[in-house]
Amino acid sequence: MKELFPAKQVMGFVFSLILTAVALLVYFMDMSFELGMTVLLVTAFIQAGLQLVVFMHAGESEDKAAIYTNVYYGLFIALVTIFGTLLCMIWGYI
Amino acid sequence: MDFFDRFAIPHPSPAIYASMVAIGLTMIAVLAGLTYFKKWGYLWREWLTTVDHKRIGIMYLISALLMLFRGGVDAIMLRAQLATPDAKLLDAQHYNEIFSTHGVVMILFMAMPFIMALMNFVVPLQIGARDVAFPRLNALSFWLFFMGAMLFNISFVIGGSPDAGWTSYFPLAGNEFSESVGTNYYMIAIQIAGIGTLMTGINFMTTILKMRAPGMTLMKMPMFTWSSLVANVIIVFAFPVLTVALAMGTMDRLFGTNFFTTDNGGMDMLWANLFWVWGHPEVYILILPAFGIYSEIISTFARRNLYGYKSMVFSMVIIAGYSFLVWAHHFFTMGQGALTNSIFSITTMAIAVPTGVKIFNWLFTLWKGKIEITTPMLYAILFIPLFTIGGVTGVMLAMSAADYQYHNTMFLVAHFHNVIIPGVVFAMLAGLTYYWPKMFGFMLNEKLGKWAAWLLSIGFLLAFMPMYITGLDGQARRMYTYSESTGYGPLNMVSFIGALIMAVGFAVIVYNIYYSIRYASRDISADPWDARTLEWATHTPVPEYNFAVVPQVNSIEAYWDSKKKGQVLFKDKYEKIHMPNSSGVPFIMGCIFFAWGFSFVFGLWVPLILTTIGIFVCMALRSFEKDHGHYISVEEVEETETKLRGAK
Ligand code: HEM
Ligand SMILES: [Cu+2]
Repeated sequence: MKELFPAKQVMGFVFSLILTAVALLVYFMDMSFELGMTVLLVTAFIQAGLQLVVFMHAGESEDKAAIYTNVYYGLFIALVTIFGTLLCMIWGYI
Repeated sequence: MDFFDRFAIPHPSPAIYASMVAIGLTMIAVLAGLTYFKKWGYLWREWLTTVDHKRIGIMYLISALLMLFRGGVDAIMLRAQLATPDAKLLDAQHYNEIFSTHGVVMILFMAMPFIMALMNFVVPLQIGARDVAFPRLNALSFWLFFMGAMLFNISFVIGGSPDAGWTSYFPLAGNEFSESVGTNYYMIAIQIAGIGTLMTGINFMTTILKMRAPGMTLMKMPMFTWSSLVANVIIVFAFPVLTVALAMGTMDRLFGTNFFTTDNGGMDMLWANLFWVWGHPEVYILILPAFGIYSEIISTFARRNLYGYKSMVFSMVIIAGYSFLVWAHHFFTMGQGALTNSIFSITTMAIAVPTGVKIFNWLFTLWKGKIEITTPMLYAILFIPLFTIGGVTGVMLAMSAADYQYHNTMFLVAHFHNVIIPGVVFAMLAGLTYYWPKMFGFMLNEKLGKWAAWLLSIGFLLAFMPMYITGLDGQARRMYTYSESTGYGPLNMVSFIGALIMAVGFAVIVYNIYYSIRYASRDISADPWDARTLEWATHTPVPEYNFAVVPQVNSIEAYWDSKKKGQVLFKDKYEKIHMPNSSGVPFIMGCIFFAWGFSFVFGLWVPLILTTIGIFVCMALRSFEKDHGHYISVEEVEETETKLRGAK
């Protein structure tokens, strides 16, 4: 019976509910803008990772290497784009 | 009548009305011709509904050649206007419309589909696959590209052309300064074509990663396949930025948002930023497959294996990463400080290094080779020195301090044509000539082909070298005229003559196609160039299923080694072959997208909603459809194989 029970998925589901609840706090509680954004960003990234690994089975097939290479590459490009844009549009002017 | 006023063109001229009539007549002639020769059924069965990667490739090819013609006519008009000082051939508005159209058409609707054409036709054959991973998606990609291109192309006769440049910078592209629907066309037509491209990216990435013949490890893939893989990875990561930027631009223009406006918290520079976050990787999407084609051609006609295979692959992978780190070099002059500019200067110069590595690898391949100058090889040999000039001026532009002098002058225009024409266009023409026998079963005439290559090269030098000089002298790009006292006149005349020579070169290519269709021998072998990679191991014409038996690969140049070292490629016996079914849905969806885009451009909300529903209905139908493809029986395979072997 134990093998049939999708413990990992249930745990993942609970965890993603918790993450959603934490993100909602930003709306219901009186936080500073910086704190609110930090909470949202952190929960969003964990949430995305959780979905990818637990529910989209990223690491469970023979394509594991290709999938993770793509994810990391995408992450790299996203970060470069965001920080590069900040550099060009805001920070670069001081 | 008020309703129809919106379709009138805001800035007409006799030439535009004449084009309108010509477009109308051509359409009537095509429709009448199809009906008269009873070709509707053939067209529908064999082309409009096909999911075969080879036919889709050929459709891309035809579209690209048509768009090359359209963009070329635009180019001649631009150069004619600039040929003499104070010319009155075009007024400022028409000049703006024409250079905007020229840029978009050449990059997005000529170069891109040309690359897609070769990629579609060649990659599955090169990796020994029977089709791409998602054949129907592939058809949809094509039709989205095609409908996007057509939507863009009708703008100048219905509602008005975009006129804010191919970069369409805000605030110029905003409602305040671009009142006509032209820029709506830009936003939406490119959006539709871009979605198609993004899907191609996913499709080919999957195909190359998952469908290679047994034994073909990543490091045994032919170089064109490698370059396509890298280009498609860049597509998948770069095109979403364009999608988002275009969506924001569309909303600014049609729904009154303020992303790129100059007030209400908008930031116009953000458009330039996002555009180049996509735009710089885009130039590498164009050049990498071109490099792949050159690699194939150079090793075939130097009659030896490619020098430095590993460093070739490695430099492309590096380029894929770097190409996302340099975009700000397109707006060094926008006002950000020296630190930011220095960072992007350095990353830009660094990207010239892997590019240089590739150049040296080709030179070393030639070094020890027994070179045979065929038309494709001639293009490749002309490419090396010509492209290098473009690379060097690129590094000059990369120095941010110096760029204040070069930016937005003819020097910049000369740079990017210098990399795109010998780099991309020559590669595509070389690839066209090289793969023509595989596609159509006869060779293009060599003599005419070489004439065209020389004419294009000489025309290119005459057309673009003078621009380096006038650019340094201060001639700005996108200015519709200049006064005689500037002294730009004579060099611009030389440019015009160069442009005309290039036009003659393209005419020779068209004549060559006509001539070869009529006179070329149909009795050619399946491997007329004595080539090295798998696409030449199957018959000509390539049967629907590509390979009767899936090849077994154990070296980089599997086909060459099977010819010379007696490796056995085809070991198994015939088995029944599973193939995808044709489908009309991609074409129909493309048509709905066209209507959707058109409604969007003019803000016709009711048809827009209806067509949006139509698109979702098509997708839903696909989700619930059960289509398991069909099998080709062993007898049928045997029959086809015997017949093709007879025909060689
Ligand atoms: C050696 C590598 C290269 C370097 C260092 C380089 C550098 C640059 C720089 C700094 C600019 C901006 C200049 C300015 O706006 O003032 C530029 C513009 C441009 N480059 Fe390159 N480039 C290189 C290769 C290429 C290649 C391979 C292509 C295309 C296949 C290309 C296409 C373009 C285009 C289309 C533009 C200008 C677009 C516009 O403003 O309309 N470049 N390049
Ligand atoms: Cu660039």
